[in-house]
Amino acid sequence: MSAKSLFEKVWDRHLVKAQTQNTPAVLYIDRHLVHEVTSPQAFSDLQEKGVCVRRPDLTFATMDHSTPTTPRRADGTPDYINAQTRAQVETLQKNCAEAGIELFDWDSPARGVVHVTAPEQGLTLPGMTIVCGDSHTATHGAFGALAFGIGTTEVGHVLATQCLLQRKPKSMRVTINGRLNPGVAAKDMTLAVMAALGADGGTGHVIEYAGEAVRALGMEERMTLCNMSIEAGARAGMIAPDAVTFKWLKGRKYAPAGAAWDKAVAEWKTLFSDDDAPFDKEITLDARLMAPMITYGSSPDKAMAVDSVTPPPCSALDRQGLDYMRFNPGRPIMGEKVDVVFIGSCTNGRLSDLRAVAQVLIGRQVHKDVRMLIVPGSEAVRRAAQKEGLDDIFIRAGAQWREPGCSMCIAMNGDMGAPGELVISTSNRNFEGRQGKGVRTVLASPATAAACAVWGEIADPRPFMEAPRVA
Amino acid sequence: MSHKNPSHEKFERLTSKTIVLDQDNIDTDQIIPARYLTCTSRDGLGQSLFYDWRFDEAGQPRNSDPLAGKDARTHRILVAGNNFGCGSSREHAPWALTGFGFAAIISTKIADIFKSNALKNALLPIELDADAHADLVAAPGAELVIDLKACTVEMPGRWVRDFTIEPFGRQCLLDGVDPLGFLQNCEADIARYEAAL
Ligand code: SF4
Repeated sequence: MSAKSLFEKVWDRHLVKAQTQNTPAVLYIDRHLVHEVTSPQAFSDLQEKGVCVRRPDLTFATMDHSTPTTPRRADGTPDYINAQTRAQVETLQKNCAEAGIELFDWDSPARGVVHVTAPEQGLTLPGMTIVCGDSHTATHGAFGALAFGIGTTEVGHVLATQCLLQRKPKSMRVTINGRLNPGVAAKDMTLAVMAALGADGGTGHVIEYAGEAVRALGMEERMTLCNMSIEAGARAGMIAPDAVTFKWLKGRKYAPAGAAWDKAVAEWKTLFSDDDAPFDKEITLDARLMAPMITYGSSPDKAMAVDSVTPPPCSALDRQGLDYMRFNPGRPIMGEKVDVVFIGSCTNGRLSDLRAVAQVLIGRQVHKDVRMLIVPGSEAVRRAAQKEGLDDIFIRAGAQWREPGCSMCIAMNGDMGAPGELVISTSNRNFEGRQGKGVRTVLASPATAAACAVWGEIADPRPFMEAPRVA
Repeated sequence: MSHKNPSHEKFERLTSKTIVLDQDNIDTDQIIPARYLTCTSRDGLGQSLFYDWRFDEAGQPRNSDPLAGKDARTHRILVAGNNFGCGSSREHAPWALTGFGFAAIISTKIADIFKSNALKNALLPIELDADAHADLVAAPGAELVIDLKACTVEMPGRWVRDFTIEPFGRQCLLDGVDPLGFLQNCEADIARYEAAL
């Protein structure tokens, strides 16, 4: 048998029908994740056609994109920003109830950002095919799943048939050698990969992340890395599962247990790229050369070390990005005045991210001119953080501690910046207007964002991380 | 009333003028800002197309509005820079473009998920070589003939270029059929696959 990559192994195992010249492959989907924004039209299409949801048992729904992160109203109802967002959530509740789909509803301990909560619940397992009407579905690839975002029409296809029509993507391997230096986070590695690949460097490909630096990452850090694969245009990002993966998954609610667990692990251990597996494209990076990163333009690949100077624009687009950000080429951006700091999202809204923030904020104060929002990625993250007393550290420092949701990552729920404000954000997109009209977004790691909050300016996190002060 | 998914109408040939937006990496947040995704139908999204480029903070039209004065009935082809449609998987992006009146996007590279979403909504995602693209950028308002059967774009009097497009999506458009039907016809194979799990 010929050598296969991890991606090909998972792909081949899910072929209901192989592709031909004229027809795409029919790919079986093990897990379909649904949320309120990209599903209503899919459900209504099926209703119009009189088609039922084929496998509600393989489908799970949460509400995250347009949900408020502020406390409930006095009457106990969620404080929606407007009637449309409320209608979206209520439509999801109704569609799930009718189809028999399990929904992580308002009072569920599993409610949260779709890509944060599904792994926590053990819904994301190695070797699965996972889809969601959301481009950051690549996050689940951290477990060795083939996970990618789909459009609403395809959401309808999966609801109706549990299958998707897909052409086989190309494969790419990004090997990262060495180990990250202290003070350099998985998010910095991710931004360094984006800078190396460019905004369309991964188009048409599934990326496998490999190498010593990737193996050394914990599960939450691996999710941060896979999460942003789409920012290089890639369909998906994957990491071969290993002991770190299995340990993280064991005992989670929907993960197999007992004899089924042992059987599953034996199966998962076959999920790696064979030695001679071919890749359509390969790049190699060195983790030892990576520093805390920050973006300076209006696309996630425009990233550089926080302590370097903004590079000269190579194109009219670069120029436009710099103009939008009001940054000058050849000048450092450390020292730029910060208005808002956002901690959260499916990139960096997990417990380890909040711990990194707390390490910087403990015994310190958020700068008086900075508004800081800390939004846990899920209800489980919120509870775990509170159990450790992180909320206390945040509130004492002057930050706002919110309810879980996507919040300022997509700015649909009312959490957003004002025109012209500079936002340091741990999310994944710095597109013009992503966090509100005219808002200037700088992407960074949780530690860097926290350092910026304290300093009131774009700052290097490393000095803050050496000796945390005691409160 | 929700309007029907337009992918089930036959599509063969389009003769129309172009609107040029010569910028690379036009992402889905520019095509339709997230705050306009709070809908539960596909209606009216054309009004939100490129909203922040067309309207200022007070909702007044900008002088620089790239679509100003363009008649969507005669200008149905958008010529855009490299890597068009990057970013999110929101199908609201092609819905906004078709809602405005566009029937084809021409670029040198179109992002994967956008391309797949566009084709399902009878919005042709066409990738051309850099030379042909440069000709189109230099001639905003040019009338083109797009032939989906022959897979050609013609700039009359100048050139005819072939383009490649995912053959299954193309056939569905030519025949006016819903691709869901193809999947539903695989039911026996799907059931067999599930039984073997
Ligand atoms: S946190 Fe942001 S990127 Fe992640 S699912 Fe929500 S909106 Fe999408």
